[in-house]
Amino acid sequence: MTLLETRDLTIRFGGHVAVDSVSCTFRPGELTAIVGPNGAGKTTYFNLISGQLRPSGGSILFDGADITQLSAPLRTRAGLGRAFQLTNLFPNLSVAENVRLAVQSASGVHYDMLRPWITRTDLIARTDAILDQVALGSRRSVAATALSHGDQRKLEVALMMALEPKVFMFDEPTAGMSIDEVPVVLNLIAQLKQDASKIILLVEHKMDVVRSLADRIIVLHNGQLVADGKPAEVIASPIVQEAYLGIAPGKSAA
Amino acid sequence: MILSGDPPRSRVLSILLVVIIAALAVTPLLFPGAKAMNVATKICIFAALVASYDLLLGYTGTVSFAHTMFYGIGSYSIAIALYSMGPNWAAVAVGVAAGLPLAMLLALAIGLFSLRVEAIFFAMITLAVASAFLVLASQLSWLTGGEDGRSFQLPELLRPGTILIPQDWFGFAVNGRVLTYYLIFIACAAMILALLRVVNSPFGRVLQAIRENRFRAEALGFRTVFHLTYANCLAALVAASAGMLNALWLRYAGPDTSLSFAIMLDILLMVVIGGMGTIYGAIVGAVIFILAQNYLQALMGAASNAAADAGLPLLPGLLHPDRWLLWLGLLFIASVYFFPTGVVGRLRNPSRKPA
Repeated sequence: MTLLETRDLTIRFGGHVAVDSVSCTFRPGELTAIVGPNGAGKTTYFNLISGQLRPSGGSILFDGADITQLSAPLRTRAGLGRAFQLTNLFPNLSVAENVRLAVQSASGVHYDMLRPWITRTDLIARTDAILDQVALGSRRSVAATALSHGDQRKLEVALMMALEPKVFMFDEPTAGMSIDEVPVVLNLIAQLKQDASKIILLVEHKMDVVRSLADRIIVLHNGQLVADGKPAEVIASPIVQEAYLGIAPGKSAA
Repeated sequence: MILSGDPPRSRVLSILLVVIIAALAVTPLLFPGAKAMNVATKICIFAALVASYDLLLGYTGTVSFAHTMFYGIGSYSIAIALYSMGPNWAAVAVGVAAGLPLAMLLALAIGLFSLRVEAIFFAMITLAVASAFLVLASQLSWLTGGEDGRSFQLPELLRPGTILIPQDWFGFAVNGRVLTYYLIFIACAAMILALLRVVNSPFGRVLQAIRENRFRAEALGFRTVFHLTYANCLAALVAASAGMLNALWLRYAGPDTSLSFAIMLDILLMVVIGGMGTIYGAIVGAVIFILAQNYLQALMGAASNAAADAGLPLLPGLLHPDRWLLWLGLLFIASVYFFPTGVVGRLRNPSRKPA
């Protein structure tokens, strides 16, 4: 069964084609790693799927409906969760409040202005549970901006988890993290993988992470989909050796 | 505080607020003079007006220049209704029934039209609409009285001549004027409490999220244009209500008392001095600003005379009452410099050094 599909998805910025007719289907229970050199269009592809950018052509289908014209908030409500590559938080709000806002959105509480937020103990309890999952419970009252880079990345992931989406989109979740922080996030992704109803999309440069987690790898190069298949096949294929590993040999060792 | 689950979070602030509210509550009994009553009323009305502006500026981070327009809509709707229908309660009801929906629809239209895009566009649109409204109010003389405004009579019950409780009962007289004052006091307190309730609701928390990072709020599934538009409508309703109370107190509505951009500047200063994004700051800011505006001149006159009597050089000239605006300006610069987060922000985080 297909849950998410892009058909000839294309976006141009002036004369530059950042994503070039990418057609791809994603099935529940599958973790797809999206790899490619810098500037290959991976994050742009994510932005098209989660609605931050509108495509110049092509369409996106999700859960049986065409969502190409849907705004970002409505796509989030439909079940597309997104964690951003460049940490994107509410800087002066506390860690707990950052997560609580995501929980609130997931619970459909958008315009309730008649009762104090602290009386919604159900939302607060759920927030605490998620903070414990990402090991941020002890930092709950700190402003997001005061967190270490690694903790901010974890909070970014926590926001997406709080949304309880059907599709998890991780954009380099471990970038810039110290070695001892990485396992927390990888374990979280591995846990999410247990749920066979979810799609996980992962943009990642670290090949060992990709190899250990991914069920499938797709390779973007100059905005085009150049390879798609099982991790071992894709990594071994000549086109990837040339297009990705050949251009950036340092990345494979990372 | 009451009903909102958001305490002042500072002992000094709590005491300050209790003192302010108690002082405002007993003003008609202790200082029945016209000047003190006018100042106290202005504080009440501006506390509510500034609080509603804080909902926009402090909570959503939206800069609007149309707040006095909504204040003016409230003032004029009461004034025009009472002027044309005579001093009765039906006219007051018509004024309210016409003014509030008008303010809200206008806020809704401006919001849906311009809050989708960048904040600067909204600021420009509000500026343009407010300017147009000011010109309109001055030009449509047959309706608004033009530059002269509209004076009107109040219903019997609210007139100064109406004695409700004679002086010999408790030692002080309660006349229609005192009743009007308490009407305003209670209405403003209710509006401020309602705003506190709103900013501490799940909706209010989303407003703060939009101020912090609108892009992220959208990515979390909040359709921020609706949140901003609702906040804009709510602020407009409170501003219009404050304008109505102002008209009732002054028995007059004109461009200078309800629409001018000088009032807009006063509101901005009160929000900043009191502390943005706190609501409580509106009360503190209004008290400081309006007291300074009304009593600084007299205070300086006294100080100037004292300095002259003491034979000090230069000081009598510097403190001359005519220089009061200079000192008011210096006072504001100093307060913004030393309390960048406002008085309330400073009281809540006394350790934080000014940036």
